[in-house]
Amino acid sequence: MKYNLTHLKELESEAIFIIREVAAQFENPALLFSGGKDSILCYHLAKKAFWPGKVPFPLVHVDTGHNFPETIQFRDELIKKDGAELILGLVQDSIDQGKVVEEKGFNASRNGLQTVTLLETIENNKFDACMGGARRDEEKARAKERFFSHRDEFGQWDPKNQRPELWNIFNGMKNMGENFRVFPISNWTEMDVWQYILAENIELPSLYFSHERDIFERDGVIYSDGEFMNKRPQEKVEKRIVRFRTIGDMTCTGAVESPADNLTKIIEEVAATRTTERGTRSDDKRSEAAMEDRKKQGYF
Amino acid sequence: MSESNSTAGYLDMELLRFTTAGSVDDGKSTLIGRLLYDSKAIFQDQMEAVEKASKKIGGGEVNLALLTDGLRSEREQGITIDVAYRYFATPKRKFIIADTPGHIQYTRNMVTGASTANLAIILVDARHGLVEQTSRHSFIASLLGIKHVVYCINKMDLVDYSQEVFDKIKSQLDDFSSKLEISDVRYIPMSALLGDNVVDRSKKMDWYQGSTLLYTLETVHIASDSNHVDCRFPVQTVIRPQTTEYHDYRGYAGRVAGGIFKKGDEVAVLPSGFTSKIAKIDTYDGEINEAFPPMSCTILLEDDIDVSRGDMIVRVNNQPDVSQDHEMMICWMSQKPIQLNGKYSIKHTSRDARCIVKDIKYKVDINSLHRLEDDKDIKMNDIARISIRTTVPLFTDRYQRNRNTGSIILIDEATNETVGAGMIL
Repeated sequence: MKYNLTHLKELESEAIFIIREVAAQFENPALLFSGGKDSILCYHLAKKAFWPGKVPFPLVHVDTGHNFPETIQFRDELIKKDGAELILGLVQDSIDQGKVVEEKGFNASRNGLQTVTLLETIENNKFDACMGGARRDEEKARAKERFFSHRDEFGQWDPKNQRPELWNIFNGMKNMGENFRVFPISNWTEMDVWQYILAENIELPSLYFSHERDIFERDGVIYSDGEFMNKRPQEKVEKRIVRFRTIGDMTCTGAVESPADNLTKIIEEVAATRTTERGTRSDDKRSEAAMEDRKKQGYF
Repeated sequence: MSESNSTAGYLDMELLRFTTAGSVDDGKSTLIGRLLYDSKAIFQDQMEAVEKASKKIGGGEVNLALLTDGLRSEREQGITIDVAYRYFATPKRKFIIADTPGHIQYTRNMVTGASTANLAIILVDARHGLVEQTSRHSFIASLLGIKHVVYCINKMDLVDYSQEVFDKIKSQLDDFSSKLEISDVRYIPMSALLGDNVVDRSKKMDWYQGSTLLYTLETVHIASDSNHVDCRFPVQTVIRPQTTEYHDYRGYAGRVAGGIFKKGDEVAVLPSGFTSKIAKIDTYDGEINEAFPPMSCTILLEDDIDVSRGDMIVRVNNQPDVSQDHEMMICWMSQKPIQLNGKYSIKHTSRDARCIVKDIKYKVDINSLHRLEDDKDIKMNDIARISIRTTVPLFTDRYQRNRNTGSIILIDEATNETVGAGMIL
């Protein structure tokens, strides 16, 4: 018997440890759930952490109203199957209440507006810790993120004044009104996530697998056609075989042309690809520090 | 598709966490850039973004440091302020790099990066040999209990790949590191810029018979780095489903911090001291026979005794120190100096308490390793020996024997910030 874990088992154990710490250290935690593979993975790990007990916190979905219908269908089926609790934060409500103003123009996206709705959902439900599936390998500002990331009473992240995080000791102490974002899969890479999903046979929305779709191209990004998509006159809709590497809002998530229709093929594709998965996200390309700026304001 | 990503190989890889410390011009970024680039962990769009940013800052070459310096202020100042984590894999292993700044004012970041590392890479400029910074990084690696240190004697191209230069630096470092508690020390002559002995063996240094850096990282034996002797299981949370199917289920969830637990083992629960036997070790994927570090699992006992978060399950005949008084080395991490007789919150494994700083014995000059017995003004980035008394007993082992049960953090009671990292002596 070899007394060492494989790297995936070690990452799994680390994530379970973090999730249990959150449940133990906080009074009212939640798991941010977007219907994307990383949040589905976090939910799977949460089930493992408390089995045979139930996951002791709700899933929170900040819904822009511009989600892919496949994502919403997947989410609702999962909730029904597991009897999990789902709390919705609707960006449409924030718009209707005049708290945010919808972006205009062809590149308009509700992605940025989510922050306001998210912070409001946290406040209304008095969540003191929100777990999310962000990973350090995704984006350079996220590479500096802690597992336990402190947010002040305005929900802001202060990257220059983060708490040092040592060993496996996590400091979730806070003053009234402050809260935490916690990232249990910080140390996973995109490849780790896919290999683990394959090994554990975790179900995913159909969007991740190759399918025929109505799309149009803009600035080299392939967008799905849909009722919220403002197309310029010259932007022609055509059918192509595509899949999505990440799933966000329809308005800011690009597809890749791909024949990968199962997990093994996706893994082969991820291994061969030379661009990061967030390369398909137009929200990150707005400026060099786009992610850092959004995160400071409280973006997930 | 490379072998490292094939599913069969991927499921059988170990994880090696290592730290690199260095300053702006010692070639650290070049070295990391080379490891990442040669192992294809840098993607085209990241490379393009770095090229674009390099042009903006000026200077002809692509600055690989921009890959790791993620924050706007870091890019503006051209320095690494915080710990950056980078990931790469080869067919043999998966690696996590904790890339930390090397300047003395960032000691706390180096300590943070080193706290989870199996191995430390310390870069030495072949033209300068052992300098203050080398001693500092070596001391921190030793203090933080890193078992393997690799000294990379870099920029060998600038000293004509001279064996004499290498041997001289090696013997300096040998003398120095024998004063430290590092069990496995290695030396590699290299040129990170030209790639000598990083991934590929150098053609310019036939006199060097040892391994390349990457081969060393892939093969260094880490399975016995964890403590497999002293059984320690800090309880994180109690699992009680209270459903019909699991009506009487009462499991203690946690992560093994030391030793190997087996079904049937006689165990004691601290602080109560009650004893019982392990009835079952459970996981979502089914029952397991043995649990060892760093596994997360759930332990069920034969007897119904009172166990809750902060308690520790141990072997009856091998117990940790149970005490309210602790001696430790501390790295101070706050702008506000340590207060003698000051009160702090303390976290140790899953246990929370408060403590008072009873004594400051000495400060360590981390460049010379001298003890400054008259200097008790412990400020940010200082390392000192202190003694504390806690409100409740902690269940501890010496840090050098077990990192998990030998480490604590101190927290400011007003701001809730982590202000000190302690290693129990």
